[in-house]
Amino acid sequence: MRRLAGWSAAFLIVALVFGTLGAIAWRADWTGGLRPADWLVIRFTVWQAVLSAILSVVLAIPVARALTRRRFVGRGLYVALLGAPFILPSIVAIFGLLTVFGRSGWVNDLLGILGLSDISIYGLQGIVLAHVFFNLPLAVRFLLQGWQSIPLERFRLTESLDGSIWTLLERPMLVRVVPGAAAVIFLICLTSFAVALTLGGGPRATTVELAIYQAFRFDFDLGRVALLAIVQVALCLVALGLAAAVPVGDGVGIGHDRIIPRRDRSALDWIWIGFGAVFLGAPLLAIAFAGLGGLTDLPSVVWPAALRSVVVALTATALSLGLAMALILWSHGARWIEAMGALPLAASGLVMGAGLYLWLAPLAPPAALALPLTTIVNAAMVLPFAVRVLAPAYRDIENGYGRLADSLSLTSYARLRWLILPRMRRPIGFCAGLAAALSIGDLGVIALFAGTEQATLPLAIYQLMGSYRMEGAAGASLILVALSFGLFWLFDRGGRIDADV
Amino acid sequence: MRLALTLTLYAGAAAADSLTVYVPDYFGSEWGPTPAIKAAFEETCDCEIEFVAGEVLTRLRLEGERTEADVVLGLNTDVAAEARELDLFAPHRLDTTDLTLPIDWTDETFLPFNWGYTAFVYDTDVISNAPGSFAELLEMDDDIRIVIQDPRSSISGLALAYWVDAVFGDGATEAWTQLEPKILTVTKGWSESYGLFTSGEADMVLSYTTSPAYHISAEGDETKVAAIFEEGHYFMAEVAAKVAGTDQPELADQFMAFILTPAFQEIIPEGNWSYPAKLPRDQWPEVFRNLPEPSTALFYTEQEAAERRDDVIETWRSALTQ
Repeated sequence: MRRLAGWSAAFLIVALVFGTLGAIAWRADWTGGLRPADWLVIRFTVWQAVLSAILSVVLAIPVARALTRRRFVGRGLYVALLGAPFILPSIVAIFGLLTVFGRSGWVNDLLGILGLSDISIYGLQGIVLAHVFFNLPLAVRFLLQGWQSIPLERFRLTESLDGSIWTLLERPMLVRVVPGAAAVIFLICLTSFAVALTLGGGPRATTVELAIYQAFRFDFDLGRVALLAIVQVALCLVALGLAAAVPVGDGVGIGHDRIIPRRDRSALDWIWIGFGAVFLGAPLLAIAFAGLGGLTDLPSVVWPAALRSVVVALTATALSLGLAMALILWSHGARWIEAMGALPLAASGLVMGAGLYLWLAPLAPPAALALPLTTIVNAAMVLPFAVRVLAPAYRDIENGYGRLADSLSLTSYARLRWLILPRMRRPIGFCAGLAAALSIGDLGVIALFAGTEQATLPLAIYQLMGSYRMEGAAGASLILVALSFGLFWLFDRGGRIDADV
Repeated sequence: MRLALTLTLYAGAAAADSLTVYVPDYFGSEWGPTPAIKAAFEETCDCEIEFVAGEVLTRLRLEGERTEADVVLGLNTDVAAEARELDLFAPHRLDTTDLTLPIDWTDETFLPFNWGYTAFVYDTDVISNAPGSFAELLEMDDDIRIVIQDPRSSISGLALAYWVDAVFGDGATEAWTQLEPKILTVTKGWSESYGLFTSGEADMVLSYTTSPAYHISAEGDETKVAAIFEEGHYFMAEVAAKVAGTDQPELADQFMAFILTPAFQEIIPEGNWSYPAKLPRDQWPEVFRNLPEPSTALFYTEQEAAERRDDVIETWRSALTQ
């Protein structure tokens, strides 16, 4: 059973990533290789992704550390809100960022009042800023998971022995967690597209994903699409290889899961918490302000679209959690499973959509497949995050309690039911929240397949904008943000209730 | 099981007289003209019309002969040559001698249903000395912030590349170089650009001469104006075509003919915010009659457009990556 589920999950990933690429390559006329301009595109793509990943993780360390050291009113809400930027659809996020950092945005207004010169968000700095906005919260959440994996008794012990918490506990933990987190963020930024183009300021900021889109939409040069997609997968494999090559060492062991206040604190903690709140919160506020005006005359079609989006998101969540658990149990939490799970990140969403189309269009009318396919692709796209969070949690449990469970002959279903699932509630809740929120905001393959009857909320937003209804689009965006955040909060909260004992 | 069920349902639906029409996203949404067109056409026939919104040309290229479409709507004159190469369409056999277009139309396959001119739209509260020519636009202060679309991903962006080529010819590179410092950013599509403009982030946006009509009609806002250039404006038409392999040839012909009737054409101005292809000016909504119009239409035929395409895009790309 475990093997069957594992094999099916693995097969699905390989089919979605390589099978769709293969379908396109099969249809292609192969003409010529990479052009000189392509190398510039590849260089730029890698460079902006490296910068974005490093900056996101480096800034996340003090923020996450401050959050683990401090308890304050609204901390739960703060941590939950951290999920919000990451799950915003990129078009909504771009408008939020521009309201704050744009030419006539809040920051420039403030600088103007202070008599300082303007800043410009357009260019490499804008791309990196947007990527940090998206991914800093994700990095913080990854690192928080890392900090939570250190039993609090260890802090007491280290203190009472006059040891350095940083050297003995935190640094080794970061060495384990940071490479993986950075690799995931690198991959997310590698396939960035709308952000890079809009904030990049022009064709200088062309990424590989944009080149794929252009080769497909504009030239319909499938050979070039396949070639560029292969380049993207190769870059991804190199990044995953580098992250896997970092020696990780052992975990810090298990404790009693009790909350014990930390004694090592610094006033700087508040500054970092404040930085996170302002940097991430201001664009969210901007989106809320812009959307409130549009809420009054929201077109009726938004509600069925929202319902479809929720159904797609919930189904995709169940599917991706099931796939992730199947993979992890199948591999017994082996480290390579994280690399395998990360593969969909490298796949171009467009290649996946078009490849599936080529496969399935002869079998069934595409419009009938729009929603099921969107669900499957969304599930695959959030799988990397699920595996990245769940696999370490599973390993810690097996390392800590595995021998005890073995000696009690707790195997298969009973082991899952009484040991693994109860202890994984927190990460599972977090993952489910992330998965639901991510897939609700994803335009995904629906744009290629949908009839008018299947529009999801992100598609409806694009259609509103395309018909000059910018206010309505802002209102619908606010609903989308509220829905995705609500789902995230529900699942994440559900995982945490009573989970401390 | 579910797939089988879907297939059965689908086969059932296809057996009735139903016409499948592919349309672009902006055309096929609830806010576009399709609901009104559906109602008007279904009154004239005992049939059902299904609009499928998406990327029309991409879809046709993927599907080829297998396409479910009976009629496609919304291909653009600048990419008509590529669509024609697919060899999927049948002649429309309609009279196109008295169309209300600024150019002559003799194409026997593609039938225009609306048209417009590319233009830079600005806010009169922000820009008081609007340029009267392309040359004046280039000489404007570099502080001005213009947002345009990428010609490799957007049809209006491509039209701008042809427009610059038609106006400046060999001087196109220099023109782009002069324009470059004023370009705030380049977006993937028209929607993102227009959003940047209406949110006040950009002073001027590449759009159409008919865009102000939306603001006047729907919002009572007369501050959004298209700058009219004396060199002329680039013309583009959206066309419809009948799919040769359709299983509803008569219904498809009926719909193609319906496109040129007043019932369809009257929906266009305030449905798709562009000029109708066959409707005398005195029957346009007042706001359209009052819009300032360019005196010269610049236009590349589909052969010219296909031949010049790689060049004009490369000129754009290299001038903007300097």
